[in-house]
Amino acid sequence: MMRIELVKRPQRSALFSVLSPFIAFALTMIAGAVMFALLGVNPLDAFNIYFIQPVSEVWQLHELAIKAAPLILIAVGLSVCYKANIWNIGAEGQFIFGAIFGSIIPVLFPQFEGPLVIPLMLLLGMVGGAFYASIPAFLKTRFSTNEILTSLMLVYVAQLFLDWLVRGPWRDPQGHGFPQTIQFSDSAVLPELMPDAGRANWGFVFALVAAVAIWLMMSRMLKGFEVRVLGSSPRAGRFAGFGLNRMVFFTFLLSGALAGLAGISEVSGAIGQLQPVISPGYGFTAIIVAFLGRLNPLGIVAAGLVLALTYLGGEAVQSALGISDKVARVFQGMLLFFVLGCDTLIHYRIRLIGMALMKPNAAKLDAAPKLEEAR
Amino acid sequence: MSANHDRSNLLEVRGLTKIFGTLTACDHIDLNIAKGEIHALLGENGAGKSTLVKMLFGSLEPNSGEIFWDGKAVKITSPGVAKKLGIGMVFQHFSLFEALTAAENIALSLNDGSPISTIAAKARALSFSYGLPLDPDSLVGDLSVGERQRIEIIRCLLQTPQLIILDEPTSVLTPQEADKLFETLERLRSEGKSILYISHRLEEVKRICDRATVLRHGKVVGHCNPREETAASLARMMVGSEVKAVERAPAEGIETAPALLEIRGLTRKPATPFAIPLKNINLTVRAGEVIGIAGVAGNGQGEFFESVSGEVLQQDAGSVRIRGKDAGALSITGRRLMGAAFVPEERLGHGAAPRMKLSENLLLSRHATDGKAFVGSGGMVKNSAVYSAAQRIITAMDVRKSAPDPEAAALSGGNLQKFIVGRELDRKPSVMIVNQPTWGVDAGAAARIRQALIELARSGSAVLVISQDLDELFELSDAIAVMHNGELSAPLPIAEATFEKIGLLMGGAEPGHAEHSLEIA
Repeated sequence: MMRIELVKRPQRSALFSVLSPFIAFALTMIAGAVMFALLGVNPLDAFNIYFIQPVSEVWQLHELAIKAAPLILIAVGLSVCYKANIWNIGAEGQFIFGAIFGSIIPVLFPQFEGPLVIPLMLLLGMVGGAFYASIPAFLKTRFSTNEILTSLMLVYVAQLFLDWLVRGPWRDPQGHGFPQTIQFSDSAVLPELMPDAGRANWGFVFALVAAVAIWLMMSRMLKGFEVRVLGSSPRAGRFAGFGLNRMVFFTFLLSGALAGLAGISEVSGAIGQLQPVISPGYGFTAIIVAFLGRLNPLGIVAAGLVLALTYLGGEAVQSALGISDKVARVFQGMLLFFVLGCDTLIHYRIRLIGMALMKPNAAKLDAAPKLEEAR
Repeated sequence: MSANHDRSNLLEVRGLTKIFGTLTACDHIDLNIAKGEIHALLGENGAGKSTLVKMLFGSLEPNSGEIFWDGKAVKITSPGVAKKLGIGMVFQHFSLFEALTAAENIALSLNDGSPISTIAAKARALSFSYGLPLDPDSLVGDLSVGERQRIEIIRCLLQTPQLIILDEPTSVLTPQEADKLFETLERLRSEGKSILYISHRLEEVKRICDRATVLRHGKVVGHCNPREETAASLARMMVGSEVKAVERAPAEGIETAPALLEIRGLTRKPATPFAIPLKNINLTVRAGEVIGIAGVAGNGQGEFFESVSGEVLQQDAGSVRIRGKDAGALSITGRRLMGAAFVPEERLGHGAAPRMKLSENLLLSRHATDGKAFVGSGGMVKNSAVYSAAQRIITAMDVRKSAPDPEAAALSGGNLQKFIVGRELDRKPSVMIVNQPTWGVDAGAAARIRQALIELARSGSAVLVISQDLDELFELSDAIAVMHNGELSAPLPIAEATFEKIGLLMGGAEPGHAEHSLEIA
């Protein structure tokens, strides 16, 4: 009988902290190769179709940007939350509410046209996401509820609310009963960046601007300092005069607004109307993006492009090899698993202990110091 | 002396060495403990005392060296092995569950399956026979620190150890409680048990210890009979040089100086089931004076500090007044802007963020008071201004460090404390409130911090020092008040204060009636 224990390392290796995402990526590749082999596909062919072909032409790079934009937008917001040790898991719901709020204008006031429509929609989208994120923030500060649970559960509420909207009050009367809203008018569609080359729209620009702005805030501004202090040592933060409740609202509203912006950009740019399902899990995949990017906004841009590729690759293997596009989810799951695994092993080493050799007293004393490591 | 009847060594340590990275915490330590002696282990903080003891108790593995127990070579690979050999330890920081009874806590560590009632009966019998009365059925959360220490000692004695290691046992006791403990230790010695007594309090080492081993920078610098040494000669051995005495010029004209900090009827309900409520605290600190607050740890000092600093706000805005204005409803930032500065007890995690650089930790407490100097338009931090201010403090307080701007956690306790105190002194605050200014700080740094606090007061500021170290308070203060169970006594002017009077108040004599309770005692 063996027992596995994680023992804290006295020092963490700076080299492996940098290498960790790359090692995780390599391990994902190896596990992916095993998976393809088990499915009866030559792993090299599959990798070619999954990772190389989807980005071999310019228009495909545009598709990559379309997929990466919401991931990056959401993930930079989440990175601020996670740095503050506040766990917003509900970006998917905030994304949906951003899309719903932003769609109020094109769905309910389709006659309203002109250059003001898009800015107003984007603004409303951010308000919607922030509003929806304020619910778990309020519950946490007022009733000390666990924000992981509340923000996650609100995702399902948002999904069902959207589903009801597009089947009920917002359904297109001329839509032959399909559960969707009317097509947005031209002035409610987010313009494409280079219409001649591909479909990529302004959403990708928003993502890059947000990443740079958040990076600036976190590394250069007092606000970012406040986030880092409260996240790493809340008591020192209170001594500094920074309020934890204010921080809960700040991070939730900020990440909610960015998720909402991603939501309305996706609907207005890539889809053009509201449907029962508007996201292939961007809000959850963005959590992986945030950690793969090491909670650094610039790292998140790179990580967002990698994860966007897993979506495109999933579609590609489905059409070329007849493998379910759920394979994309598998890749994303493995990547998160290996990233978290590598990060854990930077801080801890594994120790195997034979049960028979253990003295009960010794085991108890050894176990005690680990309680303090929860972060 | 009873130590003479058997000189064969119970424990012998030869060349014990422990290396952490580039630091040799223990460097070829030799140590003999005879049967039936109280052996002192002396040394400043960071001298390697704790590392040595951890190796003897099996919680650290030595890099090299040998340990002989009763003449036989042994390897102490875990605390379980140490206990089996007959080594017991009473830690400086207690490891008790507050929500459990004393007997339940003891049962947890014995872990031998005997019923709680049996353990309670044994503990009760043992505690009375050693003159450490203890009710095994009382909740730990309701007990004083001295009583909690008794549980630790009884728990240790129940395992019938031959060698008992005590780590700074009197740091949490009143002078009277310490006397009680010494009686118990002498009783244990007369039964032939050996005691390794770790302390930096030289007077008590002189009083009860038969031999002493002195450590400095991880090396043994001497063995001696403490009874033949003076406190000064022991201090020289520990520090390696003369420690400059703190000079305190008499404070003049205090009575007429303006009151800079006034606490009026400060009352606070306990925030958690085991927190201490504050009861109607009144105190005035005037410009130019240092007031000390003595008290055994856990009598409300932490709660008091939080209330005065503004980390916790008061219902009654007038209960804390700074420079003549109500501050009770202001946050810690608001109170800082009125000219107050604060140094909390805990350095890492409260006074400083461990994983942040010193310059960032400067910003921690001064981002608002020095907002113009450190934060530019749009909330951008002026890194170069913060960096050069941090360097100024480092130079002024002689902070020793390994890098230009290291993380707070990379500094030794004493050096970090010098930085944290210096960070506030650099502002020239008109009100300074310090909780445990030199806890765990080496003698040289402590003297420097104390001198700086006195100079701040004499230059016209009001200084309030909360400390468990009576020697420190007598060195620093113009008057000493005592906190006990959430109440604060009237301050005794230093000329009238004695260890006995303060000790009685610490033990719970009626606040403000020290004379009366002295008569009873």
